[in-house]
Amino acid sequence: MVTLFGVFLLTLLVITAIGIVRAQHLFVAVMLTGIFSLQMAAVFFILDAADVALTEAAVGAGVATVLLLGALALTEDREKPAKRRAWIPIVVVSVTTLMVIYATFDQPRLGDAEAPVHQHVAPWYLEETPRLIDIPNVVTAILASFRGYDTLGELFVIFTAGIGVLFLLANPSERGTLTLSQSAEATGLRHHLVPRVVGRLIVPFILLFGLYVQFHGDYGPGGGFQAGALISAGFILYALVEGETMALRALSFRLLGGMIAGGALLFVAVGIAGIVLGGNFLDYSVLAADPVAGQHLGIMLVEVAVGITVTGVLLTIFHSFAAREQRS
Amino acid sequence: MEFLGLYNYWVFAVLLMTGMYAVISRTNLIKKLIGMTIFQAAVFLLYISMDKVEGGTAPIIQADLPGQLYSNPLPQVLILTAIVVGIATLSLGLAIVVRISEAYGTIEEDEIREMDGE
Repeated sequence: MVTLFGVFLLTLLVITAIGIVRAQHLFVAVMLTGIFSLQMAAVFFILDAADVALTEAAVGAGVATVLLLGALALTEDREKPAKRRAWIPIVVVSVTTLMVIYATFDQPRLGDAEAPVHQHVAPWYLEETPRLIDIPNVVTAILASFRGYDTLGELFVIFTAGIGVLFLLANPSERGTLTLSQSAEATGLRHHLVPRVVGRLIVPFILLFGLYVQFHGDYGPGGGFQAGALISAGFILYALVEGETMALRALSFRLLGGMIAGGALLFVAVGIAGIVLGGNFLDYSVLAADPVAGQHLGIMLVEVAVGITVTGVLLTIFHSFAAREQRS
Repeated sequence: MEFLGLYNYWVFAVLLMTGMYAVISRTNLIKKLIGMTIFQAAVFLLYISMDKVEGGTAPIIQADLPGQLYSNPLPQVLILTAIVVGIATLSLGLAIVVRISEAYGTIEEDEIREMDGE
Protein backbone atom coordinates (compact mmCIF):
# COMPACT_ATOMS: atom_id res chain seq x y z
CA MET A 1 0.00 0.00 0.00
CA VAL A 2 2.77 2.41 0.98
CA THR A 3 4.71 1.37 -2.12
CA LEU A 4 1.72 2.12 -4.31
CA PHE A 5 1.23 5.50 -2.64
CA GLY A 6 4.93 6.23 -3.13
CA VAL A 7 4.76 5.40 -6.85
CA PHE A 8 1.65 7.58 -7.19
CA LEU A 9 3.34 10.53 -5.45
CA LEU A 10 6.53 10.21 -7.49
CA THR A 11 4.53 10.13 -10.74
CA LEU A 12 2.65 13.23 -9.60
CA LEU A 13 6.02 14.86 -8.87
CA VAL A 14 7.18 14.29 -12.47
CA ILE A 15 3.88 15.65 -13.87
CA THR A 16 4.16 18.76 -11.67
CA ALA A 17 7.78 19.34 -12.72
CA ILE A 18 6.85 19.15 -16.42
CA GLY A 19 3.94 21.51 -15.70
CA ILE A 20 6.34 23.98 -14.10
CA VAL A 21 8.65 23.98 -17.11
CA ARG A 22 5.79 24.31 -19.61
CA ALA A 23 3.91 27.11 -17.78
CA GLN A 24 4.30 30.39 -19.70
CA HIS A 25 2.83 32.42 -16.87
CA LEU A 26 5.48 32.61 -14.15
CA PHE A 27 2.86 33.03 -11.41
CA VAL A 28 1.49 29.59 -12.34
CA ALA A 29 5.02 28.17 -12.33
CA VAL A 30 5.68 29.55 -8.84
CA MET A 31 2.43 28.14 -7.44
CA LEU A 32 3.24 24.75 -8.98
CA THR A 33 6.68 24.97 -7.37
CA GLY A 34 4.97 25.25 -3.97
CA ILE A 35 2.84 22.19 -4.75
CA PHE A 36 5.96 20.38 -5.97
CA SER A 37 7.65 21.05 -2.63
CA LEU A 38 4.69 19.75 -0.64
CA GLN A 39 4.64 16.54 -2.71
CA MET A 40 8.38 16.23 -2.20
CA ALA A 41 7.86 16.59 1.57
CA ALA A 42 5.30 13.77 1.48
CA VAL A 43 7.77 11.57 -0.43
CA PHE A 44 10.49 12.31 2.15
CA PHE A 45 8.07 11.38 4.92
CA ILE A 46 7.30 8.01 3.29
CA LEU A 47 11.05 7.40 3.01
CA ASP A 48 11.42 7.75 6.82
CA ALA A 49 13.02 11.19 6.69
CA ALA A 50 10.72 13.06 9.09
CA ASP A 51 13.20 15.86 9.80
CA VAL A 52 13.81 16.48 6.10
CA ALA A 53 10.08 16.43 5.31
CA LEU A 54 9.45 19.07 7.97
CA THR A 55 12.22 21.28 6.56
CA GLU A 56 11.08 20.88 2.95
CA ALA A 57 7.46 21.71 3.83
CA ALA A 58 8.43 24.84 5.79
CA VAL A 59 11.17 26.07 3.42
CA GLY A 60 10.06 24.87 -0.01
CA ALA A 61 6.32 25.34 0.19
CA GLY A 62 6.37 28.28 2.56
CA VAL A 63 9.35 30.61 2.36
CA ALA A 64 10.52 29.85 -1.21
CA THR A 65 7.08 30.55 -2.69
CA VAL A 66 6.89 33.94 -0.94
CA LEU A 67 10.40 34.90 -2.10
CA LEU A 68 9.69 33.87 -5.70
CA LEU A 69 6.46 35.89 -5.67
CA GLY A 70 8.38 38.83 -4.23
CA ALA A 71 10.87 38.59 -7.11
CA LEU A 72 8.01 38.33 -9.64
CA ALA A 73 6.45 41.50 -8.25
CA LEU A 74 9.76 43.30 -8.86
CA THR A 75 10.29 41.94 -12.39
CA GLU A 76 7.71 40.62 -14.83
CA ASP A 77 5.39 37.69 -14.40
CA ARG A 78 5.12 36.52 -17.99
CA GLU A 79 7.73 34.57 -19.87
CA LYS A 80 8.31 35.57 -23.50
CA PRO A 81 7.52 32.66 -25.82
CA ALA A 82 10.56 30.98 -27.30
CA LYS A 83 11.42 32.19 -30.81
CA ARG A 84 12.53 28.83 -32.08
CA ARG A 85 12.21 25.29 -30.90
CA ALA A 86 15.34 24.30 -29.05
CA TRP A 87 16.30 20.92 -30.43
CA ILE A 88 19.76 20.67 -28.91
CA PRO A 89 18.56 20.89 -25.27
CA ILE A 90 15.84 18.28 -25.94
CA VAL A 91 18.34 15.86 -27.46
CA VAL A 92 20.95 16.45 -24.73
CA VAL A 93 18.39 16.04 -21.96
CA SER A 94 16.82 12.90 -23.45
CA VAL A 95 20.15 11.18 -23.99
CA THR A 96 21.36 12.07 -20.49
CA THR A 97 18.08 10.83 -18.94
CA LEU A 98 18.47 7.48 -20.70
CA MET A 99 22.10 7.23 -19.60
CA VAL A 100 21.27 7.97 -15.96
CA ILE A 101 18.39 5.45 -16.05
CA TYR A 102 20.76 2.86 -17.56
CA ALA A 103 23.17 3.56 -14.68
CA THR A 104 20.44 3.00 -12.07
CA PHE A 105 20.31 -0.72 -12.91
CA ASP A 106 23.50 -1.07 -10.87
CA GLN A 107 21.88 0.62 -7.87
CA PRO A 108 20.80 -1.49 -4.90
CA ARG A 109 17.01 -1.76 -4.80
CA LEU A 110 15.05 0.68 -2.61
CA GLY A 111 15.12 -0.40 1.04
CA ASP A 112 17.93 -2.94 0.59
CA ALA A 113 19.57 -3.25 4.03
CA GLU A 114 22.74 -4.66 2.40
CA ALA A 115 23.36 -1.53 0.30
CA PRO A 116 26.89 -0.10 0.70
CA VAL A 117 25.52 3.16 2.08
CA HIS A 118 24.28 1.33 5.19
CA GLN A 119 27.58 -0.46 5.88
CA HIS A 120 30.14 2.13 6.97
CA VAL A 121 29.55 4.82 9.60
CA ALA A 122 25.74 4.77 9.72
CA PRO A 123 25.43 1.69 12.01
CA TRP A 124 28.04 3.20 14.31
CA TYR A 125 26.01 6.39 14.68
CA LEU A 126 22.85 4.41 15.41
CA GLU A 127 24.57 2.22 18.02
CA GLU A 128 26.72 4.80 19.77
CA THR A 129 24.32 7.76 19.92
CA PRO A 130 22.35 6.38 22.94
CA ARG A 131 25.61 5.78 24.84
CA LEU A 132 27.63 8.89 23.93
CA ILE A 133 24.95 11.52 23.57
CA ASP A 134 21.77 9.91 24.91
CA ILE A 135 19.20 11.76 22.85
CA PRO A 136 16.66 9.79 20.81
CA ASN A 137 16.91 11.75 17.54
CA VAL A 138 20.05 10.48 15.80
CA VAL A 139 19.69 13.07 13.03
CA THR A 140 20.00 15.89 15.57
CA ALA A 141 22.91 14.13 17.28
CA ILE A 142 24.88 13.86 14.03
CA LEU A 143 23.91 17.33 12.85
CA ALA A 144 24.84 19.19 16.01
CA SER A 145 27.50 17.05 17.63
CA PHE A 146 29.23 14.38 15.52
CA ARG A 147 29.32 16.53 12.40
CA GLY A 148 29.03 19.91 14.09
CA TYR A 149 31.88 21.22 11.96
CA ASP A 150 29.86 20.69 8.76
CA THR A 151 26.84 22.38 10.28
CA LEU A 152 28.98 25.37 11.24
CA GLY A 153 30.08 25.58 7.60
CA GLU A 154 26.48 25.38 6.36
CA LEU A 155 25.49 28.10 8.81
CA PHE A 156 28.18 30.36 7.40
CA VAL A 157 26.96 29.69 3.85
CA ILE A 158 23.50 30.88 4.92
CA PHE A 159 25.09 33.83 6.75
CA THR A 160 27.01 34.79 3.60
CA ALA A 161 23.90 34.49 1.41
CA GLY A 162 22.00 36.78 3.79
CA ILE A 163 24.78 39.36 3.67
CA GLY A 164 24.87 39.03 -0.13
CA VAL A 165 21.16 39.75 -0.50
CA LEU A 166 21.53 42.75 1.81
CA PHE A 167 24.38 44.06 -0.36
CA LEU A 168 22.38 43.58 -3.55
CA LEU A 169 18.99 44.87 -2.48
CA ALA A 170 19.13 47.03 0.61
CA ASN A 171 19.86 50.72 0.33
CA PRO A 172 22.66 51.51 2.81
CA SER A 173 21.20 54.86 3.83
CA GLU A 174 17.95 53.22 4.81
CA ARG A 175 19.31 50.25 6.70
CA GLY A 176 18.37 50.28 10.35
CA THR A 177 15.97 53.16 9.99
CA LEU A 178 13.81 51.67 7.30
CA THR A 179 10.78 53.92 7.03
CA LEU A 180 7.91 52.72 4.97
CA SER A 181 5.18 54.67 3.29
CA GLN A 182 1.56 53.80 3.93
CA SER A 183 1.25 52.15 0.53
CA ALA A 184 -0.74 49.03 -0.20
CA GLU A 185 2.19 46.77 0.67
CA ALA A 186 2.91 48.61 3.90
CA THR A 187 -0.57 48.11 5.21
CA GLY A 188 -0.81 44.54 3.99
CA LEU A 189 -4.20 42.89 3.94
CA ARG A 190 -5.46 44.96 6.85
CA HIS A 191 -8.56 46.02 4.96
CA HIS A 192 -9.51 42.46 4.11
CA LEU A 193 -11.42 41.03 7.04
CA VAL A 194 -11.15 37.26 6.50
CA PRO A 195 -7.36 36.94 5.91
CA ARG A 196 -6.73 39.36 8.74
CA VAL A 197 -8.83 37.50 11.33
CA VAL A 198 -7.60 34.05 10.26
CA GLY A 199 -3.98 35.21 9.95
CA ARG A 200 -4.04 36.77 13.40
CA LEU A 201 -5.40 33.52 14.83
CA ILE A 202 -2.79 31.34 13.12
CA VAL A 203 0.40 33.38 13.66
CA PRO A 204 0.80 32.71 17.43
CA PHE A 205 0.34 28.99 16.87
CA ILE A 206 2.94 28.91 14.09
CA LEU A 207 5.41 30.69 16.39
CA LEU A 208 4.59 28.34 19.27
CA PHE A 209 5.03 25.32 17.01
CA GLY A 210 8.34 26.77 15.80
CA LEU A 211 9.58 27.05 19.38
CA TYR A 212 8.37 23.51 20.11
CA VAL A 213 10.25 22.20 17.05
CA GLN A 214 13.33 24.14 18.22
CA PHE A 215 13.48 22.75 21.74
CA HIS A 216 11.95 19.33 21.15
CA GLY A 217 14.39 18.59 18.31
CA ASP A 218 16.46 16.29 20.53
CA TYR A 219 13.52 13.98 21.13
CA GLY A 220 11.45 14.17 17.95
CA PRO A 221 11.81 15.52 14.43
CA GLY A 222 13.02 19.09 14.62
CA GLY A 223 15.93 21.37 15.32
CA GLY A 224 17.27 24.79 14.53
CA PHE A 225 16.93 24.69 10.73
CA GLN A 226 13.28 23.65 10.81
CA ALA A 227 12.42 26.00 13.66
CA GLY A 228 14.12 28.93 11.93
CA ALA A 229 12.13 28.31 8.75
CA LEU A 230 8.85 27.94 10.69
CA ILE A 231 9.33 31.04 12.83
CA SER A 232 10.25 33.16 9.82
CA ALA A 233 7.21 31.76 7.96
CA GLY A 234 5.09 32.91 10.90
CA PHE A 235 6.57 36.43 10.78
CA ILE A 236 6.21 36.57 6.99
CA LEU A 237 2.51 35.70 7.37
CA TYR A 238 2.24 38.47 9.96
CA ALA A 239 3.91 40.90 7.55
CA LEU A 240 1.55 39.89 4.73
CA VAL A 241 -1.55 40.29 6.89
CA GLU A 242 -0.67 43.33 8.99
CA GLY A 243 1.80 45.03 6.68
CA GLU A 244 5.55 45.49 6.64
CA THR A 245 5.51 48.34 9.13
CA MET A 246 3.95 46.29 11.89
CA ALA A 247 6.24 43.30 11.23
CA LEU A 248 9.33 45.52 11.37
CA ARG A 249 8.07 47.04 14.60
CA ALA A 250 8.05 43.54 16.12
CA LEU A 251 11.49 42.57 14.73
CA SER A 252 13.40 45.55 13.39
CA PHE A 253 16.00 45.44 10.63
CA ARG A 254 18.71 46.22 13.15
CA LEU A 255 17.63 43.36 15.40
CA LEU A 256 17.52 40.95 12.44
CA GLY A 257 21.07 41.94 11.50
CA GLY A 258 22.09 41.27 15.08
CA MET A 259 20.40 37.87 14.93
CA ILE A 260 22.29 36.89 11.76
CA ALA A 261 25.64 37.68 13.33
CA GLY A 262 24.67 36.65 16.88
CA GLY A 263 23.65 33.10 15.95
CA ALA A 264 26.85 32.48 14.00
CA LEU A 265 28.90 33.96 16.87
CA LEU A 266 27.10 31.80 19.44
CA PHE A 267 27.92 28.67 17.44
CA VAL A 268 31.60 29.60 17.23
CA ALA A 269 31.61 30.59 20.93
CA VAL A 270 30.33 27.15 21.92
CA GLY A 271 33.13 25.63 19.84
CA ILE A 272 35.78 27.82 21.43
CA ALA A 273 34.38 27.14 24.92
CA GLY A 274 35.23 23.50 24.22
CA ILE A 275 38.87 24.45 23.56
CA VAL A 276 39.07 26.70 26.63
CA LEU A 277 37.75 23.92 28.86
CA GLY A 278 40.40 21.53 27.60
CA GLY A 279 38.66 19.68 24.77
CA ASN A 280 38.63 20.03 20.99
CA PHE A 281 36.79 22.60 18.88
CA LEU A 282 33.05 21.81 19.08
CA ASP A 283 33.65 19.04 21.63
CA TYR A 284 30.70 19.45 23.97
CA SER A 285 31.66 16.69 26.44
CA VAL A 286 33.79 19.12 28.47
CA LEU A 287 31.04 21.74 28.82
CA ALA A 288 29.63 20.08 31.96
CA ALA A 289 30.98 17.74 34.63
CA ASP A 290 29.15 14.82 33.06
CA PRO A 291 30.10 14.28 29.37
CA VAL A 292 26.53 13.32 28.39
CA ALA A 293 25.08 16.39 30.13
CA GLY A 294 27.73 18.48 28.34
CA GLN A 295 26.59 17.03 25.01
CA HIS A 296 22.98 17.92 25.81
CA LEU A 297 23.95 21.50 26.70
CA GLY A 298 26.16 21.88 23.63
CA ILE A 299 23.54 20.52 21.23
CA MET A 300 20.87 22.76 22.73
CA LEU A 301 23.04 25.89 22.39
CA VAL A 302 24.15 25.05 18.86
CA GLU A 303 20.58 24.38 17.72
CA VAL A 304 19.48 27.70 19.21
CA ALA A 305 22.34 29.40 17.36
CA VAL A 306 21.26 27.79 14.07
CA GLY A 307 17.63 28.76 14.70
CA ILE A 308 18.52 32.40 15.40
CA THR A 309 20.68 32.79 12.29
CA VAL A 310 18.23 31.03 9.96
CA THR A 311 15.33 33.16 11.23
CA GLY A 312 17.42 36.32 10.88
CA VAL A 313 18.61 35.53 7.35
CA LEU A 314 15.22 34.44 5.97
CA LEU A 315 13.41 37.45 7.44
CA THR A 316 16.12 39.85 6.28
CA ILE A 317 15.84 38.47 2.76
CA PHE A 318 12.05 38.78 2.83
CA HIS A 319 12.15 42.37 4.12
CA SER A 320 14.83 43.32 1.56
CA PHE A 321 12.59 42.15 -1.29
CA ALA A 322 9.54 43.83 0.22
CA ALA A 323 11.32 47.15 0.84
CA ARG A 324 12.58 47.17 -2.76
CA GLU A 325 9.02 46.67 -3.93
CA GLN A 326 7.83 49.86 -2.24
CA ARG A 327 10.61 52.01 -3.60
CA SER A 328 10.21 51.05 -7.22
CA MET B 1 8.06 -5.91 -8.57
CA GLU B 2 11.82 -6.23 -8.83
CA PHE B 3 12.03 -3.11 -10.97
CA LEU B 4 9.69 -1.12 -8.73
CA GLY B 5 12.67 -0.86 -6.38
CA LEU B 6 14.35 1.37 -8.96
CA TYR B 7 11.35 3.63 -9.59
CA ASN B 8 12.67 6.30 -7.18
CA TYR B 9 15.92 6.49 -9.14
CA TRP B 10 14.11 6.77 -12.47
CA VAL B 11 12.04 9.63 -11.11
CA PHE B 12 15.31 11.15 -9.91
CA ALA B 13 16.73 10.94 -13.44
CA VAL B 14 13.64 12.47 -15.06
CA LEU B 15 13.36 15.29 -12.50
CA LEU B 16 17.07 16.04 -12.74
CA MET B 17 16.83 16.41 -16.50
CA THR B 18 13.54 18.35 -16.36
CA GLY B 19 15.31 20.91 -14.20
CA MET B 20 18.33 20.84 -16.48
CA TYR B 21 16.10 21.39 -19.53
CA ALA B 22 14.56 24.47 -17.92
CA VAL B 23 18.01 25.83 -17.14
CA ILE B 24 19.51 25.34 -20.61
CA SER B 25 16.54 25.95 -22.91
CA ARG B 26 14.59 28.81 -21.29
CA THR B 27 15.75 32.38 -21.66
CA ASN B 28 13.75 33.73 -18.71
CA LEU B 29 16.06 34.06 -15.71
CA ILE B 30 13.43 33.32 -13.05
CA LYS B 31 12.41 30.21 -14.99
CA LYS B 32 16.05 29.15 -15.00
CA LEU B 33 16.19 29.55 -11.21
CA ILE B 34 13.01 27.51 -10.79
CA GLY B 35 14.60 24.85 -13.01
CA MET B 36 17.61 24.93 -10.71
CA THR B 37 15.39 24.24 -7.68
CA ILE B 38 13.85 21.25 -9.50
CA PHE B 39 17.35 19.97 -10.29
CA GLN B 40 18.26 20.44 -6.65
CA ALA B 41 15.11 18.68 -5.41
CA ALA B 42 15.98 15.71 -7.64
CA VAL B 43 19.36 15.38 -5.91
CA PHE B 44 17.60 15.53 -2.52
CA LEU B 45 15.32 12.71 -3.69
CA LEU B 46 18.34 10.60 -4.70
CA TYR B 47 19.95 10.95 -1.27
CA ILE B 48 16.76 10.36 0.71
CA SER B 49 15.88 7.31 -1.44
CA MET B 50 19.21 5.77 -0.45
CA ASP B 51 18.53 6.18 3.28
CA LYS B 52 15.47 3.91 3.30
CA VAL B 53 15.82 0.49 4.94
CA GLU B 54 13.04 -2.04 4.38
CA GLY B 55 11.03 -2.38 7.60
CA GLY B 56 12.88 0.53 9.17
CA THR B 57 11.49 3.69 10.68
CA ALA B 58 12.65 7.28 11.15
CA PRO B 59 16.02 7.33 13.01
CA ILE B 60 14.63 8.39 16.38
CA ILE B 61 15.72 5.74 18.85
CA GLN B 62 12.86 4.20 20.80
CA ALA B 63 14.22 2.55 23.94
CA ASP B 64 11.06 0.47 24.47
CA LEU B 65 11.42 -1.17 21.04
CA PRO B 66 14.69 -3.16 21.09
CA GLY B 67 15.73 -4.61 17.75
CA GLN B 68 13.82 -1.97 15.77
CA LEU B 69 15.42 -1.20 12.41
CA TYR B 70 16.14 2.43 11.65
CA SER B 71 16.74 4.14 8.33
CA ASN B 72 20.12 5.69 7.68
CA PRO B 73 20.37 9.09 9.42
CA LEU B 74 23.43 10.33 7.53
CA PRO B 75 21.84 11.29 4.16
CA GLN B 76 19.05 12.99 6.11
CA VAL B 77 21.54 15.24 7.90
CA LEU B 78 23.19 16.18 4.60
CA ILE B 79 19.90 17.01 2.88
CA LEU B 80 18.38 18.77 5.89
CA THR B 81 21.08 21.41 5.83
CA ALA B 82 21.21 21.42 2.01
CA ILE B 83 17.53 22.45 1.79
CA VAL B 84 18.13 25.55 3.91
CA VAL B 85 21.33 26.37 2.03
CA GLY B 86 19.29 25.90 -1.18
CA ILE B 87 16.77 28.58 -0.21
CA ALA B 88 19.62 30.92 0.75
CA THR B 89 21.30 30.50 -2.66
CA LEU B 90 17.93 30.78 -4.45
CA SER B 91 17.25 34.12 -2.76
CA LEU B 92 20.73 35.35 -3.67
CA GLY B 93 20.01 34.40 -7.30
CA LEU B 94 16.65 36.16 -7.18
CA ALA B 95 18.31 39.28 -5.77
CA ILE B 96 20.73 39.30 -8.71
CA VAL B 97 17.80 38.85 -11.14
CA VAL B 98 16.00 41.81 -9.53
CA ARG B 99 19.09 43.98 -10.02
CA ILE B 100 19.42 42.81 -13.65
CA SER B 101 15.77 43.66 -14.21
CA GLU B 102 16.30 47.16 -12.81
CA ALA B 103 19.39 47.72 -14.95
CA TYR B 104 18.10 46.30 -18.26
CA GLY B 105 14.31 46.41 -17.91
CA THR B 106 14.03 42.76 -18.89
CA ILE B 107 14.84 39.34 -17.46
CA GLU B 108 15.06 37.57 -20.81
CA GLU B 109 18.59 36.40 -21.41
CA ASP B 110 18.63 36.95 -25.21
CA GLU B 111 17.37 40.54 -24.90
CA ILE B 112 20.04 41.28 -22.30
CA ARG B 113 22.68 39.94 -24.69
CA GLU B 114 21.37 42.10 -27.51
CA MET B 115 21.64 45.17 -25.28
CA ASP B 116 25.20 44.26 -24.41
CA GLY B 117 25.87 44.21 -28.16
CA GLU B 118 26.99 40.62 -28.52
